[in-house]
Amino acid sequence: MPEGILCNRKPINTKEDLHALLNDKSGKQYYQEMKELNVDQEALWATIQKSLKSRLKTWLEICAHCGLCSDACFLYLANNKDPKQVPSYKIQSTLGEIVRRKGRVDNEFMRMVMDTAWSKCTCCNRCGQYCPFGIDMGVMFGYLRGLCFSQGFVPWEMKIGSGMHRVYRAQMDVTTEDWVDTCQWMAEEYGEDWPGLEIPIDKENADIIYTVNAREPKHYPEDIGEAAILFHLAGEDWTVPSVGWEETSLAMFAGDWEGCKMQVESVYDAMERLKPRRMVVTECGHAYRATVVEGPYWTGRKSGQPPVETLHYVEWVAEVLRTGKLKIDPAKKIKEPVTLQDSCNYIRNAGLANFTREIMSHIAEDFREMKPNREHNFCCGGGGGFNGIGCYRTERNIGLKVKRDQILATGAKLVISPCHNCWDAIRDLEEIYKIGIRWSFLKPLLIEMAIVPEHLKPQEEAEEA
Amino acid sequence: MYAFVTGPLAWLAFGIFFIGLIVRAVWYIRGLDWRADRVAYTEHFGAGMKGAFRSILHWIVPFGSHSWRFYPGMTILFFVFHFCLLFTPIFLGAHNMLLMERWGFSLPAISDTTGDLLTVILLVAAVFLILRRIALPEVRILTTAYDYLLLAITVAPFVTGFLAFHHVGDYHFWLITHILSGELWLIAVPFTKLSHALLFFLSRAQLGMDYGIKRGGMKGRGLAW
Repeated sequence: MPEGILCNRKPINTKEDLHALLNDKSGKQYYQEMKELNVDQEALWATIQKSLKSRLKTWLEICAHCGLCSDACFLYLANNKDPKQVPSYKIQSTLGEIVRRKGRVDNEFMRMVMDTAWSKCTCCNRCGQYCPFGIDMGVMFGYLRGLCFSQGFVPWEMKIGSGMHRVYRAQMDVTTEDWVDTCQWMAEEYGEDWPGLEIPIDKENADIIYTVNAREPKHYPEDIGEAAILFHLAGEDWTVPSVGWEETSLAMFAGDWEGCKMQVESVYDAMERLKPRRMVVTECGHAYRATVVEGPYWTGRKSGQPPVETLHYVEWVAEVLRTGKLKIDPAKKIKEPVTLQDSCNYIRNAGLANFTREIMSHIAEDFREMKPNREHNFCCGGGGGFNGIGCYRTERNIGLKVKRDQILATGAKLVISPCHNCWDAIRDLEEIYKIGIRWSFLKPLLIEMAIVPEHLKPQEEAEEA
Repeated sequence: MYAFVTGPLAWLAFGIFFIGLIVRAVWYIRGLDWRADRVAYTEHFGAGMKGAFRSILHWIVPFGSHSWRFYPGMTILFFVFHFCLLFTPIFLGAHNMLLMERWGFSLPAISDTTGDLLTVILLVAAVFLILRRIALPEVRILTTAYDYLLLAITVAPFVTGFLAFHHVGDYHFWLITHILSGELWLIAVPFTKLSHALLFFLSRAQLGMDYGIKRGGMKGRGLAW
C-alpha cells in the first residue's frame, strides 16, 4: 500500500481529516497502515540535498566517535548506560545512515528512525554542550523529525498535534469563541473576589499582550484567572488577543515546519494588529522556544526577533518583583526546602537562568539547586513531545528516573516548575515513583505570597477590615 | 627517490593540504544559512563573534569546559596527544635543519632528546586512545575501522621517524617511508575527518554564534560551556 487513509505523507488540513484521525483510538489503524507505508526515496533524497547544509553535513562527517556526548544524555543514564542510547550512535545510525544510503531506506528502517527520533531524544540539546566539536545532536534530531514528518513516519499524537495547529491555530481544538468565552468566564469568576479585575480582549496599544498554552483554556482555565490576578496586582496595562493567543507548537515537536510557520504567524499578526509594547508568554517552555526563539526564523524575520519585545513569564515575574510592582509578604515566603526545574527550552536554549534565580531569591527561604542545574540541567524526562506519545510511555517513564533522583538529592518536597511540559513530567514521576513531592507553577504560589494593596483587596476582606 | 619525495611530492602534499583546507573553510562558511540554521549570523555579528570566541576558548584550554572537567582522564589524553602531534614536527631539530637548507630560515628547535620523548609520549597516548575505544562500550559502539585507519595515518610518521632517527634496520627505507607517511597525512587531512584540524574551529564558532545570538548570549548568559 503506497499511502494509508490515516497514515500518509499529507499533513492534516481539515477538520474532517483531523476527526478521522482522532477517532482512530490510540492510532491503532494509523500504526497498522504505517507498516505498509512506502518510503518515497527520491523525495527524501531531494529534500536532503536541498536542506542538508554545511553545518549538519560537517557535524555528521567530523564526529570523532569519542563518546564524550554519552553522559550528557539523560536517556543514556536512565537506561543504565546502554550504548545504544549514546547520542552520537543514535544520530549516526539514523540520519547518518539515511545520508550514507542517499535516501535509499525502507519502511522498516524508517519506523526504527521514527522510534529513535521521538523516544530516544527529546531535543533537549544537552549533548551539544558536551561535544568538543559542538555537534548538537538535538538540532540534528529536529531536522530528522522533519524528514520523518515529510515521509509520514510520525507518531499518531504528533500528527494530530500538527493538524490541530493547521486547523485551529492551537495545539488543541479551542476555537476563537471558546477562548474568548473562557477569558470572559474567568474575568467574571475571579472578578467577584478581585474588584476591578479584567481580562481585556483585543485592546490596542497595551503595554503587554499576554499569550498562553491552549491547555489553559481547554483544561486549566484557572491559570488564565491567576495570570489576570497577578497582572491586576502589578497594575499592568495588558490584553489578550482574540486570535493569535496560542504560543505552543506541537508542529515543532512533529517536525512540521510549514505548520510551525502558520502557527507563529498568527501570533505575530496579533502583535502587529494590536501594537502592544511587549509580549509576555505563560509558564511554558516550548511555547517560548517556538514563538520567540525559533519562530522568527520560520517566518523569515532576518533580525531573528519577533515583532515586539517578548518576555517569558519568568522574566516578567522577575521584573515586577525587582521593581516592587509586585511585593512579597516576607512572612509568607516559602519556608520549606524548595527546588526549581530548569526548562531546557528557555534556560539552555534561551539563557533565562538568572531570572528564575532572581525569583527564587524573593520567594523562597530555603532554595535548593538541583545538580546539575541552569544551562546544564537535565531534561524533565518528558520534553520534545515525549510526554504525549502513548506508544512510548514505557520509555518515557524510564527516562523520568534521572529527574526523580535529582529531585530526591535536593531533599526538597516542593518543585517549582514554570513549564507545562516539565510540570506534567514531574506530576507523572510522582504518580509512578511516589517519592512524596508536590509541584507547582509560579502563579498560584505568587498569589498566596503577594501583598495586596488596600484598594485591590478582595471585597469581603476589605469589608471585614 | 629522496629528491622526488622531498621535492615535487612534498610540494604536491603541502599544496593539497593548504588549498584543500582553504576550500573546506570556504565551503563551510558559504554553506551556512541563517534561515536553515536558525541563527541570525550577520544581523547580530558582534554578539555572534563574542559567542564564537568564547566557544573556542573554553574548549581549547584544558579543563576549560564542563565536558573537559567531567572527563579528566580523556582530557589529559586528548591534550597530550594533540600537543605532541602538532608541536613535535614543527619544532623538531631535523625538520628545522631541512627548513634552513631549503628556505634559509628555521624555527626554534627542540633537542633530539625532547623530540624523542614527545614522540614516545604521543605513541603511548595513541595506544591509550585505542584501548579506550576497545574498553568503553559507549565508545566501542561508535568505533569503525575508519577511525583506526585515521589514527594509523596520524601516528605512522612518528613511528617511521623514530625508527629512521635511531637507525633501526635500513635507515634509507625508514626515511623514505617517514616522508611518504607524512605526506599521506597532509593529503588525508582535507579529505577525511582529520579536517577537524580546521573544522573544529569553524564548528565551534558556529555553535558559539548560535548560543551567542539565539540561545542566551543576548540575554547576558554566555556560560553554556
